[in-house]
Amino acid sequence: MTDQKETNLLPDDPETTGHSWDGIQEFNNPLPRWWLWCFYISIVWGVIYTIAYPAWPMISGATPGLLGYSSRALVAEDIAHYDALNADLRTQITEVELTAVTRDNMPELYNFAIQGGAATFATWCSQCHGRGANGVQAAGYPSLLDDDWLWGGSVEEIEATIAHGIRTEDDPDTHWSEMTAFEGFLSDEEIGQVVNYVRRISDQEADATLAAAGENVFLDNCAACHGDDAMGDRVLGAPNLTDRIWLFGGSAAAIEEIVRNSRFGVMPAWSGRLSDAEVRATAIYVHSLGGGE
Amino acid sequence: MASSDVPPKLFAAQEPIFPKRVSGKFRNLKWIIMIVTLGIYYVTPWIRWDRGPNLPDQAVLVDIAGRRFFFFWIEIWPHEFYFVAGLLIMAGLGLFLFTSALGRVWCGYTCPQTVWTDLFYTVERWIEGDRNARLRLWEAKWDFRKWRLRVTKWIVWLMIALATGGAWVFYFADAPTLLLDLVTGQAAFVAYGTIAFLTVATFIFGGFLREQVCIYMCPWPRIQSAMMDEHSITVAYRDWRGEDRGKGKNREGLGDCIDCNACVNVCPVGIDIRDGQQMECITCALCIDACDEIMDRTGRERGLIDYLALTDEANERAGNPKVSTRRHILRPRTLIYTFLWSLVGVGLVVALFIRPDIDITVAAVRNPQFVTLSDGSIRNTYDVRIRNMGGGNATFHIGVTSDAAFDVSLEGTDGLTVDVPADATQLQRVYVIAPPDSPAADGERTDLRIWVEEGSENTRAHQDTAFFGRGL
Repeated sequence: MTDQKETNLLPDDPETTGHSWDGIQEFNNPLPRWWLWCFYISIVWGVIYTIAYPAWPMISGATPGLLGYSSRALVAEDIAHYDALNADLRTQITEVELTAVTRDNMPELYNFAIQGGAATFATWCSQCHGRGANGVQAAGYPSLLDDDWLWGGSVEEIEATIAHGIRTEDDPDTHWSEMTAFEGFLSDEEIGQVVNYVRRISDQEADATLAAAGENVFLDNCAACHGDDAMGDRVLGAPNLTDRIWLFGGSAAAIEEIVRNSRFGVMPAWSGRLSDAEVRATAIYVHSLGGGE
Repeated sequence: MASSDVPPKLFAAQEPIFPKRVSGKFRNLKWIIMIVTLGIYYVTPWIRWDRGPNLPDQAVLVDIAGRRFFFFWIEIWPHEFYFVAGLLIMAGLGLFLFTSALGRVWCGYTCPQTVWTDLFYTVERWIEGDRNARLRLWEAKWDFRKWRLRVTKWIVWLMIALATGGAWVFYFADAPTLLLDLVTGQAAFVAYGTIAFLTVATFIFGGFLREQVCIYMCPWPRIQSAMMDEHSITVAYRDWRGEDRGKGKNREGLGDCIDCNACVNVCPVGIDIRDGQQMECITCALCIDACDEIMDRTGRERGLIDYLALTDEANERAGNPKVSTRRHILRPRTLIYTFLWSLVGVGLVVALFIRPDIDITVAAVRNPQFVTLSDGSIRNTYDVRIRNMGGGNATFHIGVTSDAAFDVSLEGTDGLTVDVPADATQLQRVYVIAPPDSPAADGERTDLRIWVEEGSENTRAHQDTAFFGRGL
């Protein structure tokens, strides 16, 4: 054994395969035989694998495999597993006072609500309110981050809004109000005056004479809902007109458009589509975004 | 050139190797290294280290679920992964350094494959005898004695392999608890799976594949060849002194090599070092020990096989004296590697000592960039992650410094303090509010710095960020 090896490996006389192309020769370095066996074993393994596991594409899906493995079934199993783990928290969140769920008070439940609420929000709410919950400024999709709430910003009020929606026809508990379209009720002159009045009380540029005349128009026609001081009324969903936040924009043209034709948005009631736990978790999440009262 | 017309075989069977027992200074060094490295590997998870009530008391623990790495007094959090990166860079540079200076010294002495194979050979020698006995056993029929010896050997190997796989998992969980769970069958499947895999791998790699791993599977020898130069130390045969080799008392015209094959018999990779440098050689230096013993016995000078650099051949052939190993090792290349290696090491140590016990990450919420409040003030939101890396529960005070005037408030609490449990992370939403029509509210961007302070220890951490206004 040793002798043969010596002659083979002498530096001046390496064994070659005998192949020669343009004087280039090939050393004979055979692969180890176990390498070949590994190759055969992997072929056998491959065949067994395609029998045991889903593998061959057919017309309506792949062959199922003898072991009945399915990644979808595993995912479903995982979801069921974690659902079961969270069952207690889900029950708990439907039973406790929402205001009691704070980080210091019930850290575990709070964390559950924030994480779960964020997921629900991203799935169902972000289409209108945006992924960052900032709505679409001046286009009728309210920001949920600021301190201005049409229907109230406490966690219970937010929950009621999510559960029953706004102007949802088939939910008897929904928030419902509609602003009158004043086109025809008020003259063009009066409309111009009240627009300037609203601009003035919200600290914007306005014609002083028109604004002064507009005060009476406002008190006669608008104050019933928006209040004498124009601070709005949350029972009616009437917005505060003195602040810097405008659902449909605060320019003179935008305000005039609303006075003439009225504008309001709608939001679906989620109580039928989402579970109580999901609605309540989402309320806690929205409440935590910076505007909660 | 192959002379026949029969095409050469594409595959070769593994040639069995029966290394002979050898003693000498390099063998002793290998024993010591084997005991030290195996000792470190098996014992480390069992060392206890008191870190107080909130933290594990295992000296070395990779807590994957809790995302912590504990190493005696050092605790590494995931955001400090640069320490691990630094260690890997040091390991890389260290291998460059040792390879350029000492060739395949890693392969010969410290590589786990070498150490475990060496251990398995030792067991084999205890049970089946030395080289000649094993050769005879190899050729013997499978009678009762052969089965008895083989099975005994395999069982001992399997026990070592089991201990090897078993020790590995103890690095990832509390060792005493895990051992109890393992024995009572309550440990996680992944623990049993890992042990089973490593047991089988150790058994096959150490018992059967052995040098095949180095020759055909390991990428490191291929990389090493790019890092060695003519001054790197390798194991070589002084053929200018040894040749012509020959047996017998009449040494007329013969060199120092008496062709006793001692060097071949001890080789764990089955080569003849007298053929020159070979890919298979892991420079374990056992042939040096074997040859030195023969040289001593025959009254010749030691070092017929020796640690030599490539340049030594031409140099010594020309009749010049031996160049000392130290002169081979100390050269600009190795000095630069040493310098870089130390630089990273010093950097890591400094970073370790100056790091605070608390740390924050500020993620400015940029969707939306700012929120207008009813009174016209402008609010920016920051998600501040506070890491309490000290040993106890702590209360942190959050503050903001900036050229502009801001109001600061925290989500979910009235004050400006946050309680963070020991060894935990707390995410806190911080609101920074610029008053209506102030420069920051109307401006494009204002720089600000968010602070976190722990009163009792007076430790603080900060991160710079920016406040976005309406950009009027």
